[in-house]
Amino acid sequence: MKKTALFNPAIVRRASVDALVKLDPRLMMKNPVMFIVEVGSVLTTLLLIVNLTRHEAHQGFNLQITLWLWFTVLFANFAEAMAEGRGKAQADTLRRAKSETVARRLRADESIEEVASTMLRVGDLVVVAAGEMIPGDGEVISGVASVDESAITGESAPVIREAGGDRSAVTGGTRVLSDQIRIRITSNPGETFIDRMIALVEGAERQKTPNEIALNILLAGLTIIFLLAVVTLQPFAIYSGAPQTVFVLVSLLVCLIPTTIGGLLSSIGIAGMDRLVQHNVLAMSGRAVEAAGDVNTLLLDKTGTITIGNREAVAFLPAPGVSADQLADAAQLSSLPDETPEGRSIVVLAKEKFNLRGRELATLHATFIPFSAVTRMSGVDLDGRIVRKGSADAIERYIGELGGSFPREVREQVNEVARSGGTPLVVADGNRCMGVIQLKDIVKGGMKERFAELRRMGIKTIMITGDNPLTAAAIAREAGVDDFLAEAKPKDKMDLIRREQAEGKLVAMTGDGTNDAPALAQADVGVAMNSGTQAAKEAGNMVDLDSNPTKLIEIVAIGKQLLMTRGALTTFSIANDVAKYFAIIPAMFAGVFPVLGVLNIMHLATPQSAVLSAVIFNALVIIALIPLALRGVGYKAMSAEALLQRNLLVYGLGGIVVPFVGIKLIDMVITAIHLA
Amino acid sequence: MTSNGWLQILLFFASVLLLAKPLGLYMVKVFERTSTPFDFALRPLERLLYKLTGVKEDEEMGWQQYAIAMLIFSAATLFLTYAIERLQGLLPLNPQHLPGVAPGLAWNTAVSFTTNTNWQSYVPETTMSYLTQMLGLATHNFWSAAVGMALAVALIRGIARREASTLGNFWVDMTRSILYVLLPICVVYATVLVSQGVVQNLRPYDTVKLVEAQSVTTTGTDGKKTTTSIATQTIAQGPVASQEAIKMLGTNGGGFFNTNSAHPFENPTPFTNYLQMLSIFLIPAGLTVTLGRMVGSTKHGWAVFAAMSVFFFLGTTAAYKAESQPSPMMHHVTQTQGNMEGKEVRFGVANSALFATVTTDASCGAVNAMHDSFTPLGGLVPLTNILLGEIVFGGVGAGLYGMLIFVILAVFLAGLMVGRTPEYLGKKIEAVDVQLSMLYLLIFPLIILSLAAVSVLAPTFGTSSLGNQGPHGLSEILYAFASAVGNNGSAFAGLNANTPWYNSSLGVAMFCGRFLMIVPMLAIAGNLARKKIVPASQGTFPVTTPLFVVLLCSVILIVGALTFFPVLSLGPILEHLQMHAGRTY
Repeated sequence: MKKTALFNPAIVRRASVDALVKLDPRLMMKNPVMFIVEVGSVLTTLLLIVNLTRHEAHQGFNLQITLWLWFTVLFANFAEAMAEGRGKAQADTLRRAKSETVARRLRADESIEEVASTMLRVGDLVVVAAGEMIPGDGEVISGVASVDESAITGESAPVIREAGGDRSAVTGGTRVLSDQIRIRITSNPGETFIDRMIALVEGAERQKTPNEIALNILLAGLTIIFLLAVVTLQPFAIYSGAPQTVFVLVSLLVCLIPTTIGGLLSSIGIAGMDRLVQHNVLAMSGRAVEAAGDVNTLLLDKTGTITIGNREAVAFLPAPGVSADQLADAAQLSSLPDETPEGRSIVVLAKEKFNLRGRELATLHATFIPFSAVTRMSGVDLDGRIVRKGSADAIERYIGELGGSFPREVREQVNEVARSGGTPLVVADGNRCMGVIQLKDIVKGGMKERFAELRRMGIKTIMITGDNPLTAAAIAREAGVDDFLAEAKPKDKMDLIRREQAEGKLVAMTGDGTNDAPALAQADVGVAMNSGTQAAKEAGNMVDLDSNPTKLIEIVAIGKQLLMTRGALTTFSIANDVAKYFAIIPAMFAGVFPVLGVLNIMHLATPQSAVLSAVIFNALVIIALIPLALRGVGYKAMSAEALLQRNLLVYGLGGIVVPFVGIKLIDMVITAIHLA
Repeated sequence: MTSNGWLQILLFFASVLLLAKPLGLYMVKVFERTSTPFDFALRPLERLLYKLTGVKEDEEMGWQQYAIAMLIFSAATLFLTYAIERLQGLLPLNPQHLPGVAPGLAWNTAVSFTTNTNWQSYVPETTMSYLTQMLGLATHNFWSAAVGMALAVALIRGIARREASTLGNFWVDMTRSILYVLLPICVVYATVLVSQGVVQNLRPYDTVKLVEAQSVTTTGTDGKKTTTSIATQTIAQGPVASQEAIKMLGTNGGGFFNTNSAHPFENPTPFTNYLQMLSIFLIPAGLTVTLGRMVGSTKHGWAVFAAMSVFFFLGTTAAYKAESQPSPMMHHVTQTQGNMEGKEVRFGVANSALFATVTTDASCGAVNAMHDSFTPLGGLVPLTNILLGEIVFGGVGAGLYGMLIFVILAVFLAGLMVGRTPEYLGKKIEAVDVQLSMLYLLIFPLIILSLAAVSVLAPTFGTSSLGNQGPHGLSEILYAFASAVGNNGSAFAGLNANTPWYNSSLGVAMFCGRFLMIVPMLAIAGNLARKKIVPASQGTFPVTTPLFVVLLCSVILIVGALTFFPVLSLGPILEHLQMHAGRTY
């Protein structure tokens, strides 16, 4: 998905209009903090109108206060509209892909009828040929085709979709580029993947997430406490002989209640989802995004995630009495026609190390014997020469049958290779054991650093592999994962997740196959690969459109960033109150009690300018923090202690200092231009 | 301030620090019902009590049951005390032949002692018989303190247990608090007090001849002046030492005599003064260690102790500094000792300022000097201590659970700032927990501020009771309601609270301040107990470090200060500034 500039003019225009629409009190009620501000604004507006007929002092000041109170509400609405606007822009792109298409539906008698794609129901069979749009989400039941999925992934390279296996799911709105496939439709109109995506990025039906609800309660509680403090201040002021106007009291209230975080809270949530979408990840619920920030354990499949899928030959270990050259020669011969990546790597290694050039099979009159599950060997038959390679057990049996002997030293070499994380292949030339080829898993570049980063976040990584424990341990060590599950069957994975969860841990995993589906559903964060089966996508609570298993690491960071942004702005908002007190309290009472002027430590010009400056600062800070709310606070993997220390310094201490400076500057400006 | 004064303050704090661990660990044994060194004597007695009352000691209670048991117990003891007060004229041990206490006052007093407030609208030596003092009030001191300890332990269990539905047995927790903790300490403590000169008898009051007769001139309502010569004085006495011990140890604070711990029969020597302050902090400080041990994080207990200590030193320093300054209004008098108005010469400024800080850090309310006569900033310290919720060691049990509510808020913010949904010692803090914590925090300012606001606006029943006008009057009213809601019980004096409005509103305030806050607190405990425990990792914010202490202190200060700063600026702060400008009230 394409990135949108933060302040895209079109989005800003739309958001400005939406900000006004959102003034509807029924919408404002959902946000108790800003609702109080709106009520305050209405109150001062009414009072302003009533006062028009009378000769009141400070009419200009009252008008300005009222205007800035309204601005405070509008700025908060604008922030939310901005966040939503960015989603809406993306939704529009998606809608274009969704434009109605004609589907060729198969009748029971195999004849074809043309219907609108919106008429398709679950279970319908459709045929899609090259150049046609896939009319709905479904599963390929026959055929293979290359599909352009750029509408949802933004990736222009076509992908292969075929019946059976783990690449059978297709998405409505994507285009078939070649061949013809038959699809069974798996979702009704309005419930398709694209529909869900549109709903998600628009944030229209956004449910508040559990933590957001908790924070909202905290903010509402603080608001009530401050409401109480301000409402009871008037009696105390009257007792002291210094009663206050409603304008000043409402100003104090609005400055004290946490409007900064109250105004930006929903934008932070929407922007968090948006950031995921920009990483091409679709979260089916906000709850999953929050859970991602909490993940304790990450399950990663070895193949494709930690290692590049293929193994590579790295050494030839000759048997006693065999030279390395002879072994390399036999190994290369046995692998010449072998098109598997392992086979090719043997040829390449022999060429590089022993300068053995690949020979043409045809000139050798060789017959290739492919790998079979029964013999568990492959090789070539030349004129009178039979070369085989295979697993140690298979070759030992084979040589035994031919009357040869399997040297003890080779058995030791085999064990040694397995222990070091490699896969041993033994080569036999006739009944003579030539030695061992060491194949090794290749760990992807940079994985070790990423796992170290995860460890600093406090996340344990567990590698899942079908390898034997010896091999698994060695790869785990090399890749730097914390633990591994060897010889894993789907049920073992499930048990592992349950075990971790029973200890109270949150588990994240990726998966694509149908047999991953139960584990994906059980995991707290289950990321399904978009290339995977429909079952996997249904079971997980996120879908990665890029089908990149290491994306989990980014997802975790985004989850953490979402929570951190909330925490940082809450702290900032509350810390701001200190300066506002020092602006407003002396302004309220220094007129009657000049001695209280010592509390005016900012030396604000007049009581009016002091109150006005505080209110203006309070409104402007919302606008100033919109980029932070949308982008999220910076996150680097470090221990919780270090992270908190940094954030407390920046947003706590910063939250105390910044408003002192800001209010003073605003005071200087409005005094200079004689606003108060 | 003098180095001698500081030496005494540090000696006091060192004693608290030293005793916290052994007592805290002992209380773990008491509440986990493992063997204690006193089992040989106390266990049979405990079993007998359960047998007589039908308590099944292995039966656990959910939070609602626990709350109901606590409420039933409080109601029963409340009515018992009320009855004793009303009927004391008919009952024995009444050498002064005092009549039954008037209904309003009896009710106010019963509520006050049930809620561990010990607000006293009466003059004890002319109102309460020895029987009432012993059976009604001193026993209540044990009960309300034991209830506080039981509640704190219930909350600790809620934090410590995983996926549990129960919090312990209220009757057992309370019985063990009294038998194993309060009674043994009090027996020794009272004996030591007697050795220092605290009286303990059941004799009628003595009348003694004054060495020098005094003449007093009073002006009657008709404007006529009458002069009377006074040659004798009545010396009140009674079973003081036994009540004094639990008054301090249980952070109750209700004096046997009107002048409380300033009276030489209650608090005769600097040594008893030291013991009294120490006994206020003893159990609350020990409970932080109990917390640490029971939740499996000793360091967390000490971190909470450290946060409390920060506020203790802030308060003590401020009060001591303010009181050691000479009053600017009396610049013609030599005031080398500082502000000695309302202070006992045998304690001096340092020990009076320290006592005032300690008694309001905790919800004790005993006084050895008149807070009303402190300088405005000196008086601001006890007032602020109460307004912060009395969580600096705090009332027995109540201080700890009040502090833990702030801990929950602090970890909520900290959790967010480190990018995790917040958790406290492995328990996820969710919407319900935040809701209940906010409710707990809200009740406190709600009652104080609204009742004080009504009082300052009512010239007929509110401000008419004031002894002083202006900001000092505001402080008096604010202090009274803060002291009642905070279940402190100390008075700023200067306010005549024995009126229908103040007796009833302060009664409501004491009641709400105790029970309306306990129920949400127990609900939090019950909710926490049900949760799983998430194991700690590198990504978990540790609640054991100095950084946590800093955060916790900031949360307390910001929430407390932001709520009360406006009214304080019109009270003590304004009074302080006015005083230096030459104006007093």
